[in-house]
Amino acid sequence: MKYKSQKVAYYFFGLSMLLITLQIIYGFIMGFAHMGYDGLHRWIPFNTASATHKNLLVVWIISGFMGAAYYIIPEEAERELVSVKLAMLQFWTLAIVGVIAVAGFHVGWWEGRKFLEIPRPLDFLVAANVVGFILLILITLLKGKKQTSTAWVLTMGLAAAGLLYLPGMIFFDNISMDSFFRWWVVHLWVEGVWELIMGGILAFLLIKLTGVDREVIEKWLYLIVGLTFLSGILGTGHHYYFTGVPKYWLLIGGVFSSLEPLAFLGMTLFALSMYRKGNKKHPNKLAVTWTLSTAIVSFLGAGLLGLAHTLPQVNLHTHGTLITASHGHLAFWGAYGSLVFAMISYAMPQMTGRRIYDNRAGHLAFWLANIGMITMAIAFAAAGIGQVYIERLAGKDFMTAANAIKPHFFVLIIGATIFSIGVTYFIVNFIRFGLPNDEALRADDKYEALSN
Amino acid sequence: MLTKKQAKIFFLGGTLLFAIIFLGLSYDTVTNGITSHTHPDNMTEAVVLGRTLWDKNNCMGCHTLMGEGAYYAPELTKVYDRRGPDYIKTAVMFKNNGLGWGQRGRHMVEYNFTEKEADGLVAFFKWVGEMDLNGYPAPPTIK
Ligand code: HEM
Ligand code: HEM
Ligand SMILES: [Fe+2]
Repeated sequence: MKYKSQKVAYYFFGLSMLLITLQIIYGFIMGFAHMGYDGLHRWIPFNTASATHKNLLVVWIISGFMGAAYYIIPEEAERELVSVKLAMLQFWTLAIVGVIAVAGFHVGWWEGRKFLEIPRPLDFLVAANVVGFILLILITLLKGKKQTSTAWVLTMGLAAAGLLYLPGMIFFDNISMDSFFRWWVVHLWVEGVWELIMGGILAFLLIKLTGVDREVIEKWLYLIVGLTFLSGILGTGHHYYFTGVPKYWLLIGGVFSSLEPLAFLGMTLFALSMYRKGNKKHPNKLAVTWTLSTAIVSFLGAGLLGLAHTLPQVNLHTHGTLITASHGHLAFWGAYGSLVFAMISYAMPQMTGRRIYDNRAGHLAFWLANIGMITMAIAFAAAGIGQVYIERLAGKDFMTAANAIKPHFFVLIIGATIFSIGVTYFIVNFIRFGLPNDEALRADDKYEALSN
Repeated sequence: MLTKKQAKIFFLGGTLLFAIIFLGLSYDTVTNGITSHTHPDNMTEAVVLGRTLWDKNNCMGCHTLMGEGAYYAPELTKVYDRRGPDYIKTAVMFKNNGLGWGQRGRHMVEYNFTEKEADGLVAFFKWVGEMDLNGYPAPPTIK
């Protein structure tokens, strides 16, 4: 850590850890409900649990991104954050809006719009909060000594993500229009601007962890985010196939979304080749491991599992089944969940001065979380294939299929348990680091100076 | 090999080009496409009431409609054809000591809809069922 104000990141990471814990609890509620144990139904019905699970996911990831930006931008721009007070105000308002939103879901204050269930009045507060965040980051960057490509890509990704929240706030009577613009948020986030954020954070981590020349890393970065938008913007069409829009989206969505895995493959090759090229001297093995796994598991979850059902001929049968949930879990986890974990693993020793670089709990966290999540993705996929055969292809009742695939949810619960133990270990390490402090300033500089 | 500057131009140029194509297609879809696929003329007051209730109660948190939503409860795009209006009304108005409608072990939320609201939901499902969804949901292929 080079600047005192980078410590702000700690609070956002802490919020992330708290929210993922809650998210997992609601995941279990839904997993058990699928298995037939819905004892909480009267108080927390499935739709409450599902809105809570999905929004906590989005918020903990975004909180992780914000923490990453507060850590990275001062370091890249070579100056303190313009205002730590305002950054902390932004943190507390984010946390408060989050609490109100989650509480609201339990009393029916929501909108039935998957991933965007936060009601409109609160949307305005979210938007104001995000604008504040982006201004703090942007002004810091502009006033800084340097404006690196890494910092720009990250900042532009964050700003575009904020901007893209707005189309999701328009109300339409026609459900087809509502859906059309909801994807401008959800798809253009995860398969568009969030990949800029991902690319920016990965580039930063690779520069720090491998010692490879910035120019080489940033060239790759531009290529990858170039591929992202080349495929991902028109790839939005893969959500439009069957929602009351013209047929040209079948062709365009099919062709361009099939190219989307290239950007994720790019991330994989990028991270692996930079690691090979690098000096391998950085002692923070955990951060290196999470960084590489992000690049690999995102390709499996987003790239391969995405490709598996993205052609309209396939999607016609799998659309809206548990196949989608399989992909949704491994993609979110591999690309964005692990990314936040990688950033936290890198930043915590820097901010606290405690060198938890390579301990048992840390490696257990890594393996259990990933093995658990892959098991979950397999269980969802098996359930989904069963559902497609029984319900869609053989035309049996929904509940006939649902009852037949219950055993897969038992496997899901086992995977989820393994995953949760992994996450618990990660959080134990997080707590062990203690609070950030100024003695940690310039702790690890010597490793950055090493280049190949 | 490519230089960093060329890579940057590839990124900015590609983004601009594909964003413009996307906005053009979206304009066509929003102004013509959706109108011709969803017959908005048939969106009566009852349909809009149903659509509002669908949103307000987060039905999508359990069900899918047009394949969008959660996977805990049945796909409802063609529910009007499949079950008819009376069945739908029974389901959404069913009282079961707080457990709600549930035929085969899985329960819906118990709602206090008025007759008018239930009719609105029925009208909404009928309207959705008549949309042109490019062949979704596909008819079963295994006999
Ligand atoms: C990190 C990147 C990605 C994330 C986080 C992600 C996440 C998700 C989620 C959560 C859904 C469910 C959306 C809903 O029904 O509301 C979804 C759907 C889908 N994704 Fe992805 N995805 C990613 C990348 C990709 C890629 C690269 C492809 C294609 C190659 C892809 C193809 C699809 C398709 C076709 C669907 C629609 C499934 C259906 O019809 O029900 N995804 N994705
Ligand atoms: C260990 C705990 C978890 C369990 C038991 C769990 C279980 C579930 C269940 C049962 C659903 C609902 C599927 C349906 O609609 O019927 C769901 C949805 C979802 N969960 Fe999880 N989950 C867990 C953790 C996670 C994590 C860590 C992530 C992200 C990194 C995640 C991302 C999602 C997403 C994106 C959806 C929506 C998927 C879709 O509709 O396609 N979950 N989860
Ligand atoms: Fe998508």
